[in-house]
Amino acid sequence: MTQQVETQETADQVSGRDAEVRQLVKRSVGSQAWYLVRRWPLIPLFIMTILLIAGIFSPLVAPSDPIKQSLAFRNFEPTWGRAMPEYNFTPDPADYDLETTSGVSAYNRAKNKTFPRSKYILGADNLGRDVLSRVVWGARISLKVTAYALTSGVIIGSLLGLVAGYFGGWTDEILMRLVDVWLALPFILIALVIAQQFLTQGGAAEGVVVFLIALVAWTPFVRQVRADVLTIRGMDYVMAARVAGASNVRLIIRHVLPGTFSTILVVASLRVGQLILTESTLSFLGAGIPDPVPAWGKSVSDGRQFIEEAWWISFFPGFAIFLVVMALNFFGDWLRDRLDPRLRQLD
Amino acid sequence: MRRFILRRFVFALFSIVLATLAVFFISRAAGDPLLLYANSGYGLSAEGEAALRKRLLLDQPVVVQYSVWLGRTLTGDMGETILDRKPVSRVVTQRLPSTIHLGAAAFILSFVVGIPLGVLSAVRRGSIFDYIGRFFALLGQAVPQFWLGLVLILLFAVQWKIFPAGLKGDGFWDIKHLILPTVTLASGGFAFYMRITRTAMLQVLDSEYVRLARAKGVSNSMVIWKHAFKNALIQPLTGMTLALTFFLTGSVLVENIFAWPGMGNMAITAVNNNDFPLLQGIVFFFTILFVSMTSVTDLLYAYIDPRIRYD
Repeated sequence: MTQQVETQETADQVSGRDAEVRQLVKRSVGSQAWYLVRRWPLIPLFIMTILLIAGIFSPLVAPSDPIKQSLAFRNFEPTWGRAMPEYNFTPDPADYDLETTSGVSAYNRAKNKTFPRSKYILGADNLGRDVLSRVVWGARISLKVTAYALTSGVIIGSLLGLVAGYFGGWTDEILMRLVDVWLALPFILIALVIAQQFLTQGGAAEGVVVFLIALVAWTPFVRQVRADVLTIRGMDYVMAARVAGASNVRLIIRHVLPGTFSTILVVASLRVGQLILTESTLSFLGAGIPDPVPAWGKSVSDGRQFIEEAWWISFFPGFAIFLVVMALNFFGDWLRDRLDPRLRQLD
Repeated sequence: MRRFILRRFVFALFSIVLATLAVFFISRAAGDPLLLYANSGYGLSAEGEAALRKRLLLDQPVVVQYSVWLGRTLTGDMGETILDRKPVSRVVTQRLPSTIHLGAAAFILSFVVGIPLGVLSAVRRGSIFDYIGRFFALLGQAVPQFWLGLVLILLFAVQWKIFPAGLKGDGFWDIKHLILPTVTLASGGFAFYMRITRTAMLQVLDSEYVRLARAKGVSNSMVIWKHAFKNALIQPLTGMTLALTFFLTGSVLVENIFAWPGMGNMAITAVNNNDFPLLQGIVFFFTILFVSMTSVTDLLYAYIDPRIRYD
C-alpha cells in the first residue's frame, strides 16, 4: 500500500509520531508486523530479491536444464517436491564425462538415485521441459531485455526532456508533438511487423527485442524531465550561473540535470514493470526472443493449447510475470511517495 | 478554439501518415514482396514477373508506392489481400464492428466499476474499502492480460463450464460470449480509472472550496457528489487517451485468446502471413480509431475545463 508522506512535518506531527512509535512497542507482534509491512515495501523487496537471484544465478538456482526435452514426461503433473517412487530416474550417459573416473562415479551415483525431488516441482511442459527451470531462466531473459531497453529509454528520454525543457520554443514544440504522435502509433502492430521481418531470419534476436521495447520505453521520461526542467530553469541559482557566464552545456549538465535525478529514478522504477509486461506480451505473440530461449510470455503461449490437460505450463510463467510486475509497481509507488509526491499525477 | 481544433486535426493526420508509413517501410524492408504473390518456383517467366512487378508497382521507389497507396486509400480502394484476393477495405470493415463492440463493452465496464470505486476509496480513505480497492487496482495493473484470459478460460470454461471459451455469439446482446473477453480487456482500464479517480478525488477533497463548503454546513453527500466529484471527473476524462492505448493493445491480445472475430485477431494472422496490404489497412483503421478518439477527448477536455489553453 502506498504511504502518505508529510512534506512538511510540523512539531505536532513529529510528537504525534513519537507517541505512535512508543505505543507500537506495546503492541502485539502481529500488529507490529502489519505496521512494518505497511511502512516499508517488504513483500515487494522480497519478490524483487528473488527475481534478481533467479535472474543472475539462473544456472545455479534452476533445478534442471530449461531446454532439455524429455518426451516420456510430456505434460507431467507438478510433483510439488514430493518423492516419486513410481518413476525411476535413468540418467543420460551423454550428460556425464565417462572418460574420467569422477564422471563415471557421478553417473553411477545418479543411476542409483530414484526420481529426484527437485525434478518437475512445477510440472513439465508439452515437450517434457521442467517448468520451474524455465520460469527461473525466464527471469534472466526478462531482466536482461528490460535492463537494456530501460537504460536506453532513460538516456534518450531524459536527454530529449532536458533539451525540450531547457531550450523551449520550437524545439520544445517539435519534441513534444513527436512524443504525442509516438504515443498514437499502434505500437504492438508495428512491433509485430518488425519482429516478423527480422526474427524469422534469425540473427541478432535479442537486439531486435531490446530495440522494440526501447521504442516504447522513452516517452514518459521526456514529459516528466521536461516538466522538472521548466521549474528548475527559472530558479535563481540557474540564473546566477548564467550571469556568471556558464555555457548552455554547463548549465544543463551541472545545474539542471542533477535536479531531475529523483524524477528520473521514480519514473524508471514505475516503468520497469510496464516494460516487463510489454516484453512478455511480445513474446506471447511470437514477436519475442525465439526458441529455445525460455521467455515467460512464450512459455505461457506454449501451454495455451494444453490448457485443459496441463494448466501448469501456462499458469506458472504467467504468475511469475504477474508477481514481478506487481512487486515492481508497488515499489515504484512507494519510491515515488518517498522521493517525489508531486509525481502522483503519473498514475 | 478554432485554432485548437485545426491543430488537433493536423496532428491526427500526421499520426495516421506516420503509422502507415512506418508499417509500409518495415514490411518492405526485408525480402521481396513479389515472392509472396508468385514464388519463382511456380514457373513464372521473366516477362511475367516484370509485368506483375509493374502491376503491383514494386518497381517504383517505396515513397512512390506509398503515395499511390495513400491516394487510392483516400478514394476507398485499399488493394486486395494477398491470401484470398479480397478487397482489403471490405475485409477490414467487416471485422471493425466486432472490435468496437468488445472495446466499447470493456470501456464501459472499466468506467462504471473503476470510477465509483475510486471515489469510494478516496472518500473512505484508509478504510477497508480503500485497501481492497487499491489492492484490486494493483492487481489489474500488474496482471498480463494474455495470462488473465487463459486463467479465466481455465476456470470458467474448462473447470466450471459456465461460459464458452471463445468466439463471438450472434447479435449484440450475447452476454455469454462477451463476458470473459470483456473482463479480461477491462482489467487494465479498470485499474487505471480507479487510481486516477482516487488521486483526483483526494486532491479535490483537500482543496479550499471543499473545505469552505463543509464549513458552510453543506451535507457530506452534497460535498462529495456536487462539489468534489464533478471537478475530480476531469482527470479520468482526459486520461481516456491513455486508457484507449490499453484497449488497443489489449484488443489484439484478447481477441487472439478468445478467438474473437475482430481486427486485432486478423492483424496477427496478417502478420504471420506477411499479408502486407491487409496489415496496412488494419493499421490505417486502428490509427484512425485511436487518433479520432484522442482528438475527441482533447476537445472534450478543453470544453469541460475552461482553464486549458487553446493555443
